[in-house]
Amino acid sequence: MEKKVFNKKEIMLKAWAIRSDILAMLPPGKIGHLGGSSSIADIIACLYFHHMNINQNKDRDRLLLSKGHAVLAQYAALVELGIIDREELKTLKTFGSVLQGHPDMERTPGIEAVTGSLGQGLSVGLGLSLGLNLNKSTARVYVICGDGELSEGQIWEAAMAASAFKTDNLTAIIDLNGIQATGSTEEIFPVRKIAEKWKAFGWHVITHNGHDVEEIHEALCESGEIRGKPSVLIARTVKGKGFSFAENKAAFHNGSLTEEQYQIALEDLENSRKEIEKL
Amino acid sequence: MITASLRKSYGEALVELGSENNDIVVLEADLGKSTMSCFFQNKYPERYFQMGIAEQNMASTSAGLALAGKIPFYSSFAVFATGRAYDQIRSSIAIPSLNVNICGSSAGLSDFGDGKTHQSIDDIALMRVIPNMTVLSPVDALETGKMVRAMAEKNAPSYIRINRADLPVITEDDNEPYKIGQMKSFRKGSDITVFASGIMVHESLKAADQMGREGVSVEVVNVSTIKPLDTEALKNFVSGKIGVVTAEEHSIFGGLGSAVLEALSESPLPLVKIGIQDQFGTSSACYEDLLEAYHLTSEYIVSGIKKLLK
Repeated sequence: MEKKVFNKKEIMLKAWAIRSDILAMLPPGKIGHLGGSSSIADIIACLYFHHMNINQNKDRDRLLLSKGHAVLAQYAALVELGIIDREELKTLKTFGSVLQGHPDMERTPGIEAVTGSLGQGLSVGLGLSLGLNLNKSTARVYVICGDGELSEGQIWEAAMAASAFKTDNLTAIIDLNGIQATGSTEEIFPVRKIAEKWKAFGWHVITHNGHDVEEIHEALCESGEIRGKPSVLIARTVKGKGFSFAENKAAFHNGSLTEEQYQIALEDLENSRKEIEKL
Repeated sequence: MITASLRKSYGEALVELGSENNDIVVLEADLGKSTMSCFFQNKYPERYFQMGIAEQNMASTSAGLALAGKIPFYSSFAVFATGRAYDQIRSSIAIPSLNVNICGSSAGLSDFGDGKTHQSIDDIALMRVIPNMTVLSPVDALETGKMVRAMAEKNAPSYIRINRADLPVITEDDNEPYKIGQMKSFRKGSDITVFASGIMVHESLKAADQMGREGVSVEVVNVSTIKPLDTEALKNFVSGKIGVVTAEEHSIFGGLGSAVLEALSESPLPLVKIGIQDQFGTSSACYEDLLEAYHLTSEYIVSGIKKLLK
């Protein structure tokens, strides 16, 4: 595959579009996972619009959201890619919608698995990695996990197994936003020493700013070059990133916006777009 | 009568399938020498994944392999293959209806020495309630081997429960493939129909022999596909009879007996369920003692039939 030049401004505009689409899915009064979706918007933009081979063939790269509740960010990217019809955005989580509350490969084009029951996506990604290796495929598998999700024991089963099988075509990404459904991860269930844990489990660990697209890009490049072990990106992020009233607030893990908050969100988007345009 | 190992038959069938199809892959949670998936490991090590004692990860990893176009079979003891990984089976495997094949080995009370933590009295109930799941309970080694092939060919999840003990071979050694949903009578009869699965088919045949000597004609049907249950076939087997018995090495709640009752809910025929009452297993020096203690032998099937005759 020919090497594309990384265009920071273009990727930032894609991340902006993802946040804009997330907001379009969540009009005032509609409950949804704004916080965890917006915290991964920049990572999703780097993956879909630069790193991933998204040709719909067997060698396509796969992205699984083990933290399936943040699927709004993935839907947004698939809309921007033209894989999902933009008109579907307003149908999110309604009866018969293509856009289910959690990732459903049976219903939604571009979704690769059923995830959302937390803790399982990394194992599914491991299975895909093993299968793709047997198929002699060049595809990579990316799995985004939440930091709250690290409480699930199965994550660490998968971590041990991926290390044992040396699946270097597997990249896990931890959305380290520090907030889970009902409070901070530190208060609810402190996992702590996350980088040290993954290293001890035999993974190549890269810690970076999860909103700086250049840092994300560099981390993804590095993970792609590592041989003999899986890689994990520990992305320091802000829950609700880009929406001033929602940043670092557990209430927007799965909440609804008031009319006023919705207007503020639109203003926040407008301002951030202007900032990006200046680059 | 010749007896044979269902476990060996499982392992041999995997090897045979593996020789025909490169997409067959096998996963194991450190019990391969018991489930006999080790046969596949010896022949095709590159397609065998030792997942360690981590059944939840094994189930979801199998889902991922299926997503890459592979046809995974994973095995462990029945309690761990099902209950330990229940939500993984439900969410990663069954919701997208992936061709992941689950082998619950040493099922029922057949792991007699290890006691209640290792004896599966609930695996059929757990698997039967999951949409998209096929549930199989082979009666002998030959049926086991044919079922493994049918599981691979069915592009959806399946569960097979396998007895640890060698069992009499009573099905035909022919080239007729196993058809999921098939329900075959092993003895024709006109008074009572016994629907049985696994080892209880053998006990039911003994019970039918005894009842025959007492002048009662008992039909014994091997319900080796517990789900999907062929309701029409079931109704035909009870047509003209005076009562129905179900016999299974599983809790009387949620297994074959419950499935038959649900299917015959509109039938006026009386029905007696033979199975494990609402209780866990226990350790024993031999399997036979457990079958006796849990009222799973032919004499209890005879008692059940006699209740219907009163």
